[in-house]
Amino acid sequence: METQKTALYDYHKSLGAKFVPFAGYEMPVQYSSGIVEEHKITRSKAGLFDVSHMGQLLIEGNEDLSLELEKITPTDLKKIKLNQSKYSFLMNEQGGIYDDLIITKVENGFNIVLNAACKNNDFKIIKNFLGNKFKLTLYENLSLIALQGPKSSEILEQTINGVSSLKFMNGNKFSYKDKKIYITRSGYTGEDGFEISIPNELVEDFSKKLINKGVKLIGLGARDTLRLEAGLCLYGHDINETTSPIEANLKWAISKRRKDEGGFVGYSKIKSDMNGSLTRLRVGVKPEGKIIAREGVKIFSEKNEEIGSITSGTFGPSVNRPIAMGYVKLNFTKLGTKVLLEVRGKKYDAIISELPFYKKSYVR
Amino acid sequence: MSEKKYSKQHEWISIEKDIATVGITKHATEMLGDIVFVELPEKGKNLEKEGQAGVVESTKAASDVYTPITGEITETNQSIVDDPAAINKDPEGAAWFFKIKIKNKSELENLMSRADYDKFAKENSN
Repeated sequence: METQKTALYDYHKSLGAKFVPFAGYEMPVQYSSGIVEEHKITRSKAGLFDVSHMGQLLIEGNEDLSLELEKITPTDLKKIKLNQSKYSFLMNEQGGIYDDLIITKVENGFNIVLNAACKNNDFKIIKNFLGNKFKLTLYENLSLIALQGPKSSEILEQTINGVSSLKFMNGNKFSYKDKKIYITRSGYTGEDGFEISIPNELVEDFSKKLINKGVKLIGLGARDTLRLEAGLCLYGHDINETTSPIEANLKWAISKRRKDEGGFVGYSKIKSDMNGSLTRLRVGVKPEGKIIAREGVKIFSEKNEEIGSITSGTFGPSVNRPIAMGYVKLNFTKLGTKVLLEVRGKKYDAIISELPFYKKSYVR
Repeated sequence: MSEKKYSKQHEWISIEKDIATVGITKHATEMLGDIVFVELPEKGKNLEKEGQAGVVESTKAASDVYTPITGEITETNQSIVDDPAAINKDPEGAAWFFKIKIKNKSELENLMSRADYDKFAKENSN
């Protein structure tokens, strides 16, 4: 398959972006100032991310649709309010995760944001499951950009009147140059921010407007260090088809009623995980010193037994230390537990640590 | 110090009598991005030409560092271990990696001049 480009490709290029292939797209990994600087700008001011490679799916329908979607996601879609967003999963039969997603209730159905690498497969799965009863649209003509950081609200309000009154994980329709855009107060950096769904033909113009107000474009490199500091999972690494949401320490994302009642694929695994058969859990790991433990690094107990492995690891610019996440056997999940990480044949000290590594309050 | 020479693995080498100082080039640091970790060879270790001498890691990935020549490690630069970001700031100066005792002077002849390296780097970067 030919590599795809987002509508902002030429604009990224003009700003000195370095590109990498990612999920079939040529995506900017960083710009001229570098990952650490981009990371820090997002934490202190505001950064703009092109996430147009992600899938934007609209499923049209009413109460019937909520009932059907509840069979493949563990979220309470009866209780979800108009324009409210929820972090959720597309579940498989084994209780693993086909994809993690953000689902938003809109007037005519649900908007779902899917991971780029999963979107076509997700579409097939959902389409197969729902049949022809509901209309599914995976938008090719919409871009998605995320404005993230403490100054996001103040800056976006200057262009889009009223946007600053949105609460976290809530969205609404707005207009820009007489075209409809949809904005949610959300993101994946651990900062306050917004995700803006906007027609392709307007995205460069809109982005330039934000850049002119002092916002900087941020690449996938800093997106990864930011989400890891915030303790957020990257699909295909920290979670996948073989990890249950309970093992992934994402129990909070399963609505209370759904935990009790089930009624979605893979529930038997979720239920048994919640009732004592859980054997491993995703945890934060802080290597001592400067060693960086990346995906695949084995985790050992102090007695040298292998107890798990790292699923993501990097250097966290805001916490100014190496950080990682991984899965360990249940009796090693207590905060402060001393473990060993095997990097390039040598073992290094580390401790099981609280997630997130970096805390920030959201506007609720 | 003599004029620097350069390897295809993006190391620079500068020679003073029978000791060579080795580091990575500015071009290498630009490809790597922000460096956050470095591992250097042990003092006294004997390394073969193009053998692995250490590791540098950026926020993105880990890369091996090689020695352009055969010899014994005589000194390493602890300051870059303590502050890896210093490598991005002055890669071809203060942020040298290690010193190595030259075993075979003829190995130096195969290394590139600055002009040749610049041409090589330009052709090999995206």
